[in-house]
Amino acid sequence: MTTTLVEPDPGDAPGPEAAGSNGGPIGAIRRLGARAIARVEGLGRATRFAGAVSLAMLRPPYRHRRLVGELHESGVRSLAIVCSSGIAVGMVLALQGYNSLARFGAEDSLGAVVGLSLIRELGPVLTGLLVAGRAGSAMTAEIGMMNATEQLDGMRTMAVDPLHFVVGPKALSMLISMPLLSGLFTLLGIAGGFVVGVRFLGLDGGVYLSGLEGAVDFHDDVGVSVLKAAVFGALVAWIATYRGFVAGRSAALVSSATTRTVVTASVSILLADYVITALWGVR
Amino acid sequence: MRSSPARDLAVGLFVLAGLVALAVLSVQVGGLAYTGGGGLRLSASFDEIGSLSERAPVVISGVKVGQVTSVTLGEDLRAEVTLDVDRDLELPVDTFASIRTAGLLGDQFIALEPGGDDELLADGGYLSFTKSALNIERLVDRIVTSFQSGDGAE
Repeated sequence: MTTTLVEPDPGDAPGPEAAGSNGGPIGAIRRLGARAIARVEGLGRATRFAGAVSLAMLRPPYRHRRLVGELHESGVRSLAIVCSSGIAVGMVLALQGYNSLARFGAEDSLGAVVGLSLIRELGPVLTGLLVAGRAGSAMTAEIGMMNATEQLDGMRTMAVDPLHFVVGPKALSMLISMPLLSGLFTLLGIAGGFVVGVRFLGLDGGVYLSGLEGAVDFHDDVGVSVLKAAVFGALVAWIATYRGFVAGRSAALVSSATTRTVVTASVSILLADYVITALWGVR
Repeated sequence: MRSSPARDLAVGLFVLAGLVALAVLSVQVGGLAYTGGGGLRLSASFDEIGSLSERAPVVISGVKVGQVTSVTLGEDLRAEVTLDVDRDLELPVDTFASIRTAGLLGDQFIALEPGGDDELLADGGYLSFTKSALNIERLVDRIVTSFQSGDGAE
């Protein structure tokens, strides 16, 4: 079952000869059909890959040391950009929000505005995009190069399942680090907003914090925020590992797979964000 | 993969910092700690509740002591509101509940004013003395009508 997963994803190149060489309207429709079938087949392969990886993650022996290493790659190494971006976003939100709110004399709700925007949307979404760009691309490139240099084949000859040894720990580390990074992003953003609102703009610190605490609900806001981060982590893990696994055995194919990981992961995060918000995010 | 103490420490610190961040967001910001209180469930009926909704605060002299758990239409076609307040509160049976608004247009909440009766409210008790929400639109309407009728008399 796993051998079929290694075939490169035909994706955008369904092969024009197979789709019929006549250039008439029938040929165009046939090409469209072949393209659609290739798309659906690609999705099906990706889904089977996700199932195989999930099973591999659950199957003992658990690779604790591998997981710690991968957490270092995807989590600790992402800390710097996630934290600095969080502070910057919180500061900008406070500055923008203050000027808009001051027009209605509602500066006191600055804490609520900054906190709710960060917790509900910006924290999970921006963390997802940053991690997809930083750690997701690295994940695709690493797995792709391991495949291209026949390291994965070497593991198979030693009866080591690459899904279990390489892909599983990588995917699991992404699932774990995304909610943690998103929480740090959100908290530092709130702190950045506090610095701008209270130190620079002269708002009262107690008013900022009480507005924040009054507006934020555990279940509806913090819970949905963690749910979003976990879903985005799963999406990035899935897309990054699959793209790397089926990239093909050349430097050019691996580099294009890396690019497609970032694009696909970013777009799916934004689409999934809308769906989650529509289902659970609005009271 | 080789194990390195420095890397393990970094990963440990990262996981710890992330968990602390989520805990602070949940407890400090999300108000998870508060909803653990309560335990004394009371109900009350109102003619008009305005925009009072679930999770609206319940206060005594401005101090938050609980929250609204449900708002339904009772059998007598009046709004029936269930409150969850601190178990330790010794509220007399003639406690007065009124719906108020924070500021002119702010959120609505329930203010309790303890009465003087010796008998105390038990779990599942019913607040008989209530005052409905002040409807600003109706108030303005009444003022305008009274002005108009005043003009007509002149």
